[in-house]
Parts: sequence; structure tokens; C-alpha cells
Amino acid sequence: MQKDLTHGEPVKQPVLLVEGVSYYYGEKQALDDVSFKVYPGRVTALLGPNGAGKTTLFSLITRLFDAPTGNIEIDGLSPSKVGSRALGPLGVVFQQPTLDLDLTVRQNLRYFASLRGLKRKEADERMARALDALDMKERIGEKVRSLNGGHRRRVEIARAILHDPSLLLLDEPTIGLDNPTRMAIVAHIHNLARESNIGVLWATHLFDEIEPEDDLLVLNRGRIVARGLAKAVVAETGAKDLGDAFKRLTDTAEEGVAA
Amino acid sequence: MSAIHLARAFNGIVSREMFRFLQQRERFLAALVRPLIWLVVFAAGFRAALGVNIQPPYETYITYQVYITPGLLAMIQLFNGMQSSLSMVYDREMGSMRVLLTTPLPRWFLLFSRLFGSVIVSLFQVYAFLGVAYLFGVEMPPIGYLTVMPALILAGMMFGALGMLISSTIKQLENFAGVMNFVIFPMFFASSALYPLWKMKEGSEILYEICIWNPFTYAVELIRFALYAQVNWQALGIVAGCALVFLALSVWAYDPSRGIQQRKAGAGAAA
Repeated sequence: MQKDLTHGEPVKQPVLLVEGVSYYYGEKQALDDVSFKVYPGRVTALLGPNGAGKTTLFSLITRLFDAPTGNIEIDGLSPSKVGSRALGPLGVVFQQPTLDLDLTVRQNLRYFASLRGLKRKEADERMARALDALDMKERIGEKVRSLNGGHRRRVEIARAILHDPSLLLLDEPTIGLDNPTRMAIVAHIHNLARESNIGVLWATHLFDEIEPEDDLLVLNRGRIVARGLAKAVVAETGAKDLGDAFKRLTDTAEEGVAA
Repeated sequence: MSAIHLARAFNGIVSREMFRFLQQRERFLAALVRPLIWLVVFAAGFRAALGVNIQPPYETYITYQVYITPGLLAMIQLFNGMQSSLSMVYDREMGSMRVLLTTPLPRWFLLFSRLFGSVIVSLFQVYAFLGVAYLFGVEMPPIGYLTVMPALILAGMMFGALGMLISSTIKQLENFAGVMNFVIFPMFFASSALYPLWKMKEGSEILYEICIWNPFTYAVELIRFALYAQVNWQALGIVAGCALVFLALSVWAYDPSRGIQQRKAGAGAAA
């Protein structure tokens, strides 16, 4: 099931290109010849059980460490060739919370804005817009420590889009959140992709976070075992829903959670 | 990436270190109390027992409190350097280090900025201690309070870079306390902080050799001379050289293609 993800639409330049990437931890292979593209305005769900290689893939894309084989390009720039400059168009929400708990929401966002080279005034305007869109504007002066998990996640999403990225990476951003909060974040990200033309790569193992029209990559034991529109993957596996398709593709039904 | 971008990022990283320090009043208090105990209790007791002869940069007899003050200043900076590396390990475990390392800026620049932020924090602690020490009768030449600043910056860079290097090798936050004690106390005791080297030589030739190879000794001497508006060139060369070597090794350790980070990531990141 090796397909391109353009669905017959005019071919756009991908915001993320991953070609033939393999990775080993010592003798253990974490990624095996992984290739895919993420297009602007599209949400690409990266679905895989625990240990499939999702976090390793994210670490390579974000250049926490370099990919020894294959090629990764963000908006046409390869981090292994041009270094950290390639990370400019990238916004990331990591699986692990990464806000400074002892600083306020404003201080956290200003810190990030400064790392992205934004002017104070411009940063403050963008902060207000991003937090407003996530119903967090009123909490800007509060210390992150006083926010609940869902609100912290919203601040992290606001932070990730502060510099108008063209590619947004989300590594299981809804882990530990209640259902209404999760679904609100899912809806917000889908709107964001459509309205701001951002390409989104969303790693998850929760089936209900994936919409039928999303692009889907199923990663299992370091290999991509299926790709295409989510609804097409379900249809082609002859499954009754995504959970069933995932089970057929990975034989690890218990790993995926239809929360 | 423009010079303005670099300047804004530098300002942001240094400001964050300052904000965090201001949130941690206990850390500031500990930074003052620790050397103060050495100054008020330890040095007062030794004052009568230990004679310090006239040796550069001193031109007259000095009290033992005056003698150990440069060592205590270096101790504040060493503790601060280690504390900063502890905070790097914490940031790495908590994930906020990833935010820093995934920005479109050179890694050496990010690490240097972070290091410089921690040096600025150490300067606040050092000058606060000098103020308190003054109240206890430890006076330096007025110009010394100014001329010591470059020496403090350089020594702070060396300790901060050492801490950064150590942080790259620490796998878990829990291991850090042991490592701190293993580094701080041997460095402090086996140096010229508490006794002049000639006195050390009288006591033990081996200990004297250890002191000679200990970079902390040179940081102390650099600060001691700078407090009297003098330069100890040997100390300056060694401290600057060590700072460069430690920083280069830290940048290597945090490099995405060669460093220690990815080996360490192996266990957890395979997920």
C-alpha cells in the first residue's frame, strides 16, 4: 500500500520530505527505510503502537540527533546539510511537557519568541492572537505550575505556532488529557491546518483523533505498513473501522486505544 | 539567521536564567550562607592557628578571612556552575531542553548563551557575598571590586562549561547529587582556596601536586590577584584554556551527529 498522498490534487511542494531514513540504537533497528511527505494544509496522522519508532522519527526530524542514512527536508532544506537553520519553519509540541513551570505563560512564550528572533511587540501581538484562539488569553499572567494539563497543552500549541511555522509536529500531544479537551485540541489543529495552510504531522495511537480525510501513515516496528487517506486505508484493508484496520495491519490490537 | 536574531535569542536565554534565579530564593540564600559559614566560623577559628606570610598579591600581612575570600568566591561560582548543570539535566528530563535545541540557531551559540546566563547569575551571588563579607570586616581595595569582574566572568565560564560537560554525561537527575559532591569538594579542598600552596607542600608533596593540576587553584589565584587589580598570567592562561576545552567538549557532547545525547536517547526514544 505504497502511495503518494496528493490524492490527485495539483502537486504541491511538500513541507516535509522523509526519504529512506533508517536508524539503529546499537544493534536494534528503530526505523527501517522510512519515506513519506507531508503537504501544506493537510493533517498527516502517524499512527503506530508504542515502540513503533514514532518518537525516534520525531527526534530525527527535529535534529535532536542526525539521521545517518536517508534524507530529511523541511521546506526544501535538509538539517543534515544546512544544520539547525533548516528548523526555522518548524513548530513542535513534544510528547513530554516542555514549559517552564516556574515562569508565567507570558514569560514562557516570550522566551520562545526570542529564540525565534521575534520582536517584543510583534511577539506580544502574536501571543495574544494564539492564546485567544485557544481560550487562554486570560491566563497569560499565571504561572504555568498553576495550570491544569489541558491548559498547559494549549499553551504549548500556542507556543509552537507563534512564529507562523509551515510544518507543525505533534508528538502524542493529547496524552493524559480528558476527552473533551482532547477533542477540542484535535478540532483546533485541523482548523489551523486548513486556515493557515500549515502541514501537520501528528503522531498518535488514539484512533478517534484521526479524521477520515486525514492522510494516514501506519508505522509498525520501524516500517511504514500503510499509507493513504485514512478512509481509504480502512477500505483497502476491508476493515470496519480504523481500529480494526490498525489491528489487521499491526497485529497489536491492544496497543491502539479507541478512547 | 541575522545578528538581531542572535541578539534577541541571547537576551531571551540570559533573561530566562535570571527569571529562574529570582524565583529560587532558597538558592540565593544557600549561595550566601554556605561561604559565610566558612568565613565566619571556619576562618575565625583558623585565624589564630594559621599564619599567612606576605606573598603576592598581598603587600602586607593579611587576616585569614581575607586570604580565603577569593577561594570562597570561586566556591560560589563552582556551586553555581554545578547548579546550572543540574538545571540542564532537569531541563533535559523535563523536556524544556528540547525547545532550546530545536530552534534554528547553532548549538554552540545556544550552549554559550545558556552558559553566559549562568555566569551572570553567579556574579549577583558573588557581589552579594562580597557585600556581606564587608560587613564582617573583609575589605578589598575599592578598585578590586571592579577589576575582579573579568576574572569572575572567566572563572564562571570555566565552572559553567565544566558543569555543562558533566551534565552531558549524567543519565538521571538522581545521580547528580553524588556527582556534585564528587566534583565540588575535592576541587575545593585540593586547591589554594584554604591554604597557600607552599603550606600545602610542607604538609604533603602529593597533595601539592594535585593542587597544581587542579584548575580550581588557578581560578582562585586569578580572582585573588584581580581583587588587587593585578593579573596572574599563568592563572589567566590556564583558566581561559580550561574554559575553552570544557566548552568545546560540551558542544561536542551535545552535537546531534556525534554526541552523547543520541546514545543516551537509545533507551527511551525507541518508542
